[in-house]
Amino acid sequence: MSTTQTRTRNRPGNNRRTPLLPTGILLLGTLYCLVPLVWVVVASTKNGSELFTTFTFWPGTSLFDNIGELTEYRDGVYWRWMANSALYAGFGGFLSALLSCLTGFALAKYRFPGRTALFNILLAGVLVPPIMLAVPQFLLFAEVGLTNTYLSVLLPSVVSPFGIYLGRVYAAAAVPDSLLEAARTEGAGELRVFGSVALPLMLPGLVTVFLFQFVAIWNNFLLPYILLSDDNKFPVTVGLYTLLNQGASQPVLYTLVITGSLLSVIPLIALFLSLQRSWRIDLLSGAVKA
Amino acid sequence: MSPARAPSGRLAARLVPYGFLAPAIVLSGLLILLPIAYTLYLSVRRIEVFGLGLGAEGRRESFTGLSNYQSAVTDPELWAGTLRIGIYGLMVVPLMLGLALVFALVLDHHRVRFRQVSRIVIFLPYAVPAVIATLLWGFLYLPEVSPFHQTLEALGLPSVDLMGQETVFVALTNIAVWGGTGFNMLVLYTNLRAISSDLYEAARIDGASELQIALRIKLPVLTPALIMTALFSMISTLQVFSEPVTLSPLSNAVSTTWSPLMKVYRDAFVRDDIHLAAATSVIIAVITLALSYAFLRLVQSRAFAQEER
Repeated sequence: MSTTQTRTRNRPGNNRRTPLLPTGILLLGTLYCLVPLVWVVVASTKNGSELFTTFTFWPGTSLFDNIGELTEYRDGVYWRWMANSALYAGFGGFLSALLSCLTGFALAKYRFPGRTALFNILLAGVLVPPIMLAVPQFLLFAEVGLTNTYLSVLLPSVVSPFGIYLGRVYAAAAVPDSLLEAARTEGAGELRVFGSVALPLMLPGLVTVFLFQFVAIWNNFLLPYILLSDDNKFPVTVGLYTLLNQGASQPVLYTLVITGSLLSVIPLIALFLSLQRSWRIDLLSGAVKA
Repeated sequence: MSPARAPSGRLAARLVPYGFLAPAIVLSGLLILLPIAYTLYLSVRRIEVFGLGLGAEGRRESFTGLSNYQSAVTDPELWAGTLRIGIYGLMVVPLMLGLALVFALVLDHHRVRFRQVSRIVIFLPYAVPAVIATLLWGFLYLPEVSPFHQTLEALGLPSVDLMGQETVFVALTNIAVWGGTGFNMLVLYTNLRAISSDLYEAARIDGASELQIALRIKLPVLTPALIMTALFSMISTLQVFSEPVTLSPLSNAVSTTWSPLMKVYRDAFVRDDIHLAAATSVIIAVITLALSYAFLRLVQSRAFAQEER
């Protein structure tokens, strides 16, 4: 290898045409991923009868009627579901990111008895089937009168074994020990060392954990499905599912489900497109270059 | 260079890391460990009914040993469900990771076009909740809506029920592949980006084709990431719940016990047999843990090698 590196850096392939097969594969993949998204945009412009009679990708004329109908449905319960989802995902994601960074920092930057054991216990949570937790969580929340509250959905979302794992990987890679030592020599307390030295360095990791958790909580179905019975507290996933379920006997609701699906996907896609540069996906595989 | 050591000798300094870990330990204890312990407790208890079973005296909870486990493992529905998600997993995991690998390698091809836009679009389904993805595809499977059916009709071919007993596997696999490929692709692609491009330059100068570079240099580099994504995908396959539950209002082929987690849900909340549900979820957890043990070993040996240096 070392001999070839010294050769002239001409790129023999550079002047050739676009490689057709690889580009074709990418375009096919793009098309496949777009099909349901394009469909939901088109389908939400159709009214109930157009939905089942006109060609799949032929637009209708009722987009604004559909949105209006959805907004009127049971005094705007749909927008309440959206607000609930934003609350669960936004607040839960923020707390989870903070907790993950604090925990990951402690695990990466201190040596203490029980460190490996604690990390393993915290990480093992990722392996536990969610229903194994959700059913007893429901019963335990019932004991303390917390079922069917915002807190019952929020609390379990804050602990994320995956977030702690990312926090540890990121702290190990992004926070130099020398900087921590320097702060300590100047007399900073440990909490200050974390808050004003480590945390700013870990900001990209914090954003990554926040986004992962935001998506995970926004997409979560099982936990709120089990814990909540009051549909005023539903997130949008559970809300739309109940609407679909009723649609089996009242097909009129199908247009509402479809329009609701479109509107619920828009904020998440917008969040993705605007923040995709701050994502550190490389954290996942431990391939971090500090 | 070794990580910072808390100044030894002073008790307060030695307690610092535990203080930092306290919130996570308390929350995990209350929300993960306690529920697990409670599940284990419930799984060896049962309700005994006396007389007519009315009032507080009519029902009493007592220790029952492993009898709930016995009824759980002898219930053919659990194994039928396990077989179903086994088949489902064997379809989803290779297909999803195969596609993710192909897309990642193609994205990393140094002259490919539309790289930026296709990377974003293929990743987009990750932002779509499983429930919504299932809703969208579920409608696209309906004969009245589906372009697939319209095409068959136009060609004069017989119609195929996309959500029948067997085809529902394909229907669910498609939803999982659609939702999961982009994420795995990005994990593999970021791994590829971490390799120095000098390596490829050297191979190109030596006359290697892009395909040879992909197979001989890139694929071996990706092996650890592939193993990790495969294990993650296996775990989430075992725990599949939202997709079949959401598809069930649209299809008769998805029973209330289609996947093992759905059976736990039915036992716990529809049949009100919390003890059988607890035993069943312990069994599922043990199977998941056995399959995931290898994953933990792998993560620890690879991801934290840099810390120990």
